[in-house]
Amino acid sequence: MNAMVELKEVTKRFGSFTAVDAVSLTIRSGEFLTLLGPSGCGKTTLLRLIAGFETPDEGVVLLDGAEVTQLPPYKRNVNQVFQSYALFPHLSVRDNVAFGLRMQKRPKAEIDARVAEALELVSLQGLEERRPHQLSGGQRQRVALARALAPRPSVLLLDEPLSALDAKLRHAMQLELKRLQRQLGMTFVFVTHDQEEALTMSDRIAIVNQGRVEQIGGADEIYHRPATRFVADFVGQANLLEAEFLETRGAWTRLRLQGGLEVSLPAGAWPVNTSKALVSIRPEKVHVSKAPIAAANVFEATVTDEVFKGAMDHLSLETAIGTRFAAIVANESALQEAIHAGDRVYCGLHTDDLVVVRIG
Amino acid sequence: MSGFDLPLFPGERRPGWVGWLLLAPLILWMAAFVVVPTAILAVYSFCQRDELGRVVFEFSFENYVRVLSPTYLWIFVRSIGYAALTTVICIVVGFPAAWCIARSSERWRSRLVVLLMIPFWTSFLIRTYAWIAILKGEGLLSGLLKYLGVISTPLEILYTPTAVVLGLVYAYLPFMILPIYSSAEKLDGALIEAAHDLGCGPLRVFSQVILPLVKPGLYAGVLMVFVPAIGMFAITDLMGGARVPMIGNVIQNQFFQARDWPFGAALGCVFTLLFVVAYALWQRRSQPIREVRT
Repeated sequence: MNAMVELKEVTKRFGSFTAVDAVSLTIRSGEFLTLLGPSGCGKTTLLRLIAGFETPDEGVVLLDGAEVTQLPPYKRNVNQVFQSYALFPHLSVRDNVAFGLRMQKRPKAEIDARVAEALELVSLQGLEERRPHQLSGGQRQRVALARALAPRPSVLLLDEPLSALDAKLRHAMQLELKRLQRQLGMTFVFVTHDQEEALTMSDRIAIVNQGRVEQIGGADEIYHRPATRFVADFVGQANLLEAEFLETRGAWTRLRLQGGLEVSLPAGAWPVNTSKALVSIRPEKVHVSKAPIAAANVFEATVTDEVFKGAMDHLSLETAIGTRFAAIVANESALQEAIHAGDRVYCGLHTDDLVVVRIG
Repeated sequence: MSGFDLPLFPGERRPGWVGWLLLAPLILWMAAFVVVPTAILAVYSFCQRDELGRVVFEFSFENYVRVLSPTYLWIFVRSIGYAALTTVICIVVGFPAAWCIARSSERWRSRLVVLLMIPFWTSFLIRTYAWIAILKGEGLLSGLLKYLGVISTPLEILYTPTAVVLGLVYAYLPFMILPIYSSAEKLDGALIEAAHDLGCGPLRVFSQVILPLVKPGLYAGVLMVFVPAIGMFAITDLMGGARVPMIGNVIQNQFFQARDWPFGAALGCVFTLLFVVAYALWQRRSQPIREVRT
């Protein structure tokens, strides 16, 4: 797939603060890419660099193969859905959606047809004459979307567009955005701090932290194979334990985890010539049972705390030698023997579920 | 508590007794100092005066016939012209200034607005006299320009239309800047970015987004400058000498020098009527389109 947007060694500083630090990023044509990170991480600045609202201090921005580094936003074939929607309050829904096309000086018949088409895409037919203040939050969101789609940009930028909606509506819009993106085959660049949103919609996710892209990849890759401590910690919940290399014997490497617990994993999973690293274990990957279980790594632990959350039980565990970690188990059946605080349990870890994360 | 049901939308609800109570001081004030004097003015305008300048209650249209004579019509036209010129200059100078203040950082914004207000801490008359000192033949400006070798003979600005318009602009500029500023300050910066994003160059951002959204402030500014500028007599008196009388000067003259109150009243009535008609026409034109609710 060819590149629609390319950032090469792009740096953006605001005073002494470096918002974007030598980022190189390639966004493929027709993909749904999400920039995910905590607030202030630089993800919005990245988006603004693509839109043209900011020009980089260093580096190059390419759009569809052409350099646009110094090009103002009104000369870029890119449209944005703003976090605040930024609908023009003095214009009707129709005129808002027609705005971009009018600026391109399209013939009236074409404008009318494409406005109707855009409004149909977002299911807003019949509201053409309303003003933004007469619409609900969800409707405004759709107008903003239709307005940005109507000029048929080569890239659609979305700056946390769902953050102002309530949870239910937000979830519906996530699916709808994904459907829309597939239907149009358009490149979407979506900014959010909500990992669930990112996991739901994206073809690929770029994890942004402190002005840098920490990891880029598909949702499952990001979730199951976090490359850095930050990614492991930020996306989903993780038990991050310091691990010390003990020995490699045959196909297995033995490690001592923080607190003293010893585990083994396939020799190839441990980076060569490394004495210390982190091991990330997702809480739902910890098998917990009152009866003995079979797994590569089995040990006994005490349940120190238990929080019932309906479908899931959140447990805090501690081994006899003092390694603490969290586990999430499904409450499969009411008849199943429940696990409570104070219980002695068997824990099992599959070797594939121990993910080694380099320090630093 | 129905007493607190103040009307949010005029015409939809009538104020309860608390509402009326809150409005009472204003209503009394307006009745005593606007409605009653205007009524007296209207009555006087149809009367005549005797040799001593006393009002004689004898009905006549004579005052209005005089008002419509070329001499006075010309003064009306000139007053409107000067006021219009003042308004235009105030827009040209004030709009960019208001925009800059509204778009500057919060810290600077409040400081700049205070700077705008500082002139009001000094009496308006004193400030006008200061202008005389600056503009007069051997004044500050003339002296400076002579010192710099720009001119050799003293400036002759004072007591010309230029001085009058300068004085009017100086006096009313803040009244243009403040309402525009308050409109511009509310304008969400994201709207400008959205317009850029959708293909607007700087000029079209101005005409398509900024101007329509700042219009309420601009209209308010025009009203606040144009209306008082037409009737202003102090500046025209002091800076224009007697050479460029405006309608305000003529009316003031009729009451204080010529002692022809009925004629002054007739001028005043025509003047007021002019505003009422102009305002009504303008209101109709700029009436917002009734919002469609489905």
